[in-house]
Amino acid sequence: MARTKKTLATRPFLYIILLIYAVSILYPIFLMLLTSFKENKEIFTNPYGIPRVITLGGYIKLLKISNYMVYFKNSIIVTVTSIFFISVISSLVSFVIAKYRFFGNKFIYFYFIAGLIIPIKLGTIGILQTMLKIHLFDNIISLIIVYVAMGIPFGVFILTDFIRMIPEELSNSARIDGCSEPKIFYKIIVPLIRPALAAVAIINFIPIWNDFWFPLVLIRSDNMKTVPLATALLYGQYETNFGLVFSVLSMASLPVIIFYLILARQFVKGLTSGALKG
Amino acid sequence: MSRIYRKKIRYFIPLFLLAGIIIYTVFLVVPIFNSMFLSFYTGSGMSPSEFTGFGNYTKLFTQFPFKDRFFNAFRNNVKFFLIVTLIQNVIGFFMAVLISRKFLGSRFFRRISFLPTTLSVLVVGFLFSLMLNPVWGFFDKILEFLRLDFLIRPWLGDPATALPVIAIVVSWQFMGESILFYTAGIDAIDIEILEAARIDGAGPLAEIRYIIFPSLLPIIGIVTILIFIGDFTQFDIVYAMATSMGNPAYSTDLFGSLFYRAAFSSPERGGWGMGMGAAVAAIMFLIVFVGVVFWLYVFRMRGLKNKEGA
Repeated sequence: MARTKKTLATRPFLYIILLIYAVSILYPIFLMLLTSFKENKEIFTNPYGIPRVITLGGYIKLLKISNYMVYFKNSIIVTVTSIFFISVISSLVSFVIAKYRFFGNKFIYFYFIAGLIIPIKLGTIGILQTMLKIHLFDNIISLIIVYVAMGIPFGVFILTDFIRMIPEELSNSARIDGCSEPKIFYKIIVPLIRPALAAVAIINFIPIWNDFWFPLVLIRSDNMKTVPLATALLYGQYETNFGLVFSVLSMASLPVIIFYLILARQFVKGLTSGALKG
Repeated sequence: MSRIYRKKIRYFIPLFLLAGIIIYTVFLVVPIFNSMFLSFYTGSGMSPSEFTGFGNYTKLFTQFPFKDRFFNAFRNNVKFFLIVTLIQNVIGFFMAVLISRKFLGSRFFRRISFLPTTLSVLVVGFLFSLMLNPVWGFFDKILEFLRLDFLIRPWLGDPATALPVIAIVVSWQFMGESILFYTAGIDAIDIEILEAARIDGAGPLAEIRYIIFPSLLPIIGIVTILIFIGDFTQFDIVYAMATSMGNPAYSTDLFGSLFYRAAFSSPERGGWGMGMGAAVAAIMFLIVFVGVVFWLYVFRMRGLKNKEGA
């Protein structure tokens, strides 16, 4: 879409607003990362500037006094596994809803979509009870199951429309060649929905990685903790050791920041495709 | 197609749906209803067994300390929502209008505006607590710099300022989300309409009022309901900046923190037992439900009616 290029130089006031906005966004994050590399003394002598001495002291201490690698590993396992199952299950469900007429098709679609506006947090008591009953309390598997349940509605929402747009001729020609329906799904549909799957994966990554509520309620043991839970506990414990505290905050943030900066474009596409359709 | 072929197609449909339906139902749908049922029981421990009808709700609305905490959280949450809407939605809207124009670096602004949203609310809460910290934080230093020394106060320690402060922090974090949605919506506006308006002499403010804002109404609706649902279940920011007790003096207590305390904390720390916790959750669900119905009516039905009429 061509838009006449307008220079903002004609409106310096607006440019100033944008500048203030950019600084207000970047500086706190920047400062958090910078400070994590400063020695404790310098955090107070040179609080807001670039470190004169770069040190990994905060990070090293973090690894020494806690099981941080375990927490990090847990977060990765939980996030990747959840996203995998969300993608697989949503694809299967959306494929069937989008491509086949059967009794209750529309009902099932809206049943899943309703999950978009139901905050799963409100069922936490029930979830806790269930996890206790099936002996998955204090286990990262319980987190995976919850996140999958949480991510299915959005996955179905995005993928159903996407699959609907795939022309039926492709499936028909495969059928004529003797292809079974499940095979059509596997060989034809799945390769075609890759961009939508990527969007689903990206959109789920951040809330799952950053989730604090469910680990707080469902996890007790140290070796089952995820990064957000560990962040909260470490912050509370070492509040006055600034070097350590900023390392804790930075460690929790760097994966998502890097993830976002690399995938920014897909991100925007994914999120807005949902909104504009609605 | 022969009948046998048709039957063959059908068998896999329930199979494909099975995993999704089971996990979604058992771990999202059923727990919500379970919470509602549980709210009619009282007793100690994980599974209160003494049936008490609407007893928990009566306690919640009429007895001290339950009614005080409940209505306090309600008031706080409304205030919170209004402040966040004002900053994140209104200011975010104007920022989006600004950023959506093509100028040198506009892509850059779009990208970075979403950066705070990628952080965990917890980290943002801790970070801003540190920034407001009188020892290290630079917020007070900025006020000094601007000769606004008299404004310096313990922002998070003063019941009058704590809630607005955390509302501003949340708005800061999620403004990028609003900007993302709104810039996408503005991008989708037909360029010809805008150019026609400009030819007719419409200035930027008129452009906003007559073209951009009406076109964006559905998206404004979506963003608003998302903010609504998010705010009335918000917990992390309270935990990070004010502890789950809603310090100071419960001035930052929202439904999210109230629910957590009521359902999962021990009685000394404000726990009310699972039955009462479930009652709080049920009320939160009701609020969200009413909000969504309202949104559906105002933003979707009206829009549809207009389309049919035209």
